[in-house]
Amino acid sequence: MNAISGAYDWLTTGANWQGEKGVWHRLAEHLYFSGVTLAVSCLIALPLALWLGHIGKGGALAINISNVGRAVPTLAVLVLLTLTPLGEHGDLPTLIALVLFAVPPLLTNAYIGMREVDRSVVEAARGMGMSGGQLFRRVELPLAYPLVMTGLRSAAVQVVATATLAAMAGEGGLGRIITAGFSLQNTPQVVAGAVLVAVLALLVEAVLMVAGRVFDPMRGRTTS
Amino acid sequence: MCGRAVQPHMFEDEGISEHGEGGRVSKQNCLVTNDWICGEYVRSRSQELIDATVQHVWITAASVAIGVAVAFPLALLARRYRAFAGPILGLTTVLYSIPSLAMFSLLLPLFGLSASLVVTGLVLYSLTILVRNILAGLQAVPEEAVEAARGMGYGSLRLLWEVELPLALPALLAGVRIATVSTVALTTVGAIVDYGGLGTLILDGLDSAFKAQVLTASVLCVLLATAADLLLLGLQRLLTPWTRATRAPRIRGRAASAKVAEPA
Repeated sequence: MNAISGAYDWLTTGANWQGEKGVWHRLAEHLYFSGVTLAVSCLIALPLALWLGHIGKGGALAINISNVGRAVPTLAVLVLLTLTPLGEHGDLPTLIALVLFAVPPLLTNAYIGMREVDRSVVEAARGMGMSGGQLFRRVELPLAYPLVMTGLRSAAVQVVATATLAAMAGEGGLGRIITAGFSLQNTPQVVAGAVLVAVLALLVEAVLMVAGRVFDPMRGRTTS
Repeated sequence: MCGRAVQPHMFEDEGISEHGEGGRVSKQNCLVTNDWICGEYVRSRSQELIDATVQHVWITAASVAIGVAVAFPLALLARRYRAFAGPILGLTTVLYSIPSLAMFSLLLPLFGLSASLVVTGLVLYSLTILVRNILAGLQAVPEEAVEAARGMGYGSLRLLWEVELPLALPALLAGVRIATVSTVALTTVGAIVDYGGLGTLILDGLDSAFKAQVLTASVLCVLLATAADLLLLGLQRLLTPWTRATRAPRIRGRAASAKVAEPA
């Protein structure tokens, strides 16, 4: 197909990678948006979810927030925020939208992870005289870790996708290559941009999956 | 024109506008001042809003319907042959990680600027949730029910249709609900090829900084998702009356289905 060879040509043309509108610059913007907002989202969501999970309260909030997040279109939030006075502050609307969509998966998964820790294990730890803090650090957190990482992964995927959509609201990032391709009616460029975005998303997911395994506090301790 | 006429604070408070001719002006006010909430916009552009909503609904409905039609055989395949299960679940998960804008763009060479591009992209997304839920539902069918039906001489097709499918229905419908809600939201991205239903109005509204159009279309979008969710919940109740028979201690079918209905 000529769109595919066209996209290949586009990707192998050095000029497309250089300059303000080049791939490197767009990738840097994309990674900057994604990294900053993922970090902020973790700082907001994880302590809250882990604490709620530890005390066993607020489950309805932690779980329903994901259902609400699913029903709200990302594009609508991006455009709405851009049209508010916040839109005059450059990247701010995008950063806020990114955080808004990254928080729900983090919150829900971390909360469920904490609640799904075997109650009998928690009871046993209590019986051994562990304090609330010890219980949290040495029992609950290691056992909830896999689901916390699942949440982090889906939040990261969500952030990369939302950062792509930000281009439709006039922001930078790799999505800009796609939207520019659409307005130039340049199909090869659209496909090339899409390939870059897809590869980035899958790469982020793969890296986090590997990182999750490597840093698993239970690694090598259990056989199951 | 109204969209571009951004003259903020020309008529600060429409409530104080004078009588008579002032009444007409105040009706236009919210378009002129580019307010977020504007009854006049809804009145004067009602046809546009209806058309966009209709498009949104049929794109979503077509996507979910095709999604179920594709996911069901895939789930059966994954259940029957374990060798297929890994690749099918893996592939649908990979598809789910691809950002929507990229997904639609990758389909551009195949479909051009068309509604089928959007529908195809949305079908691919819905597969992840649908295949997983259908598979979970089928796998949770109690072995005794299957044995009993076999003993009564049910063939595999009749077994599937009359025993397994009804028992897997709560999980299937739970999947359809999740898929529908996220499809309603994702349809908006179709605006990039002008088939985004209400999303097209949102994107147009951005170009002209037309606040009322953006807010109205966004709110309609969320309402649409909520309405679809409630509708499917009603359908689920109607089709699986046994799942809410809470009083009488019923057969174990209930216990099993209640467990499956969870993965939301």
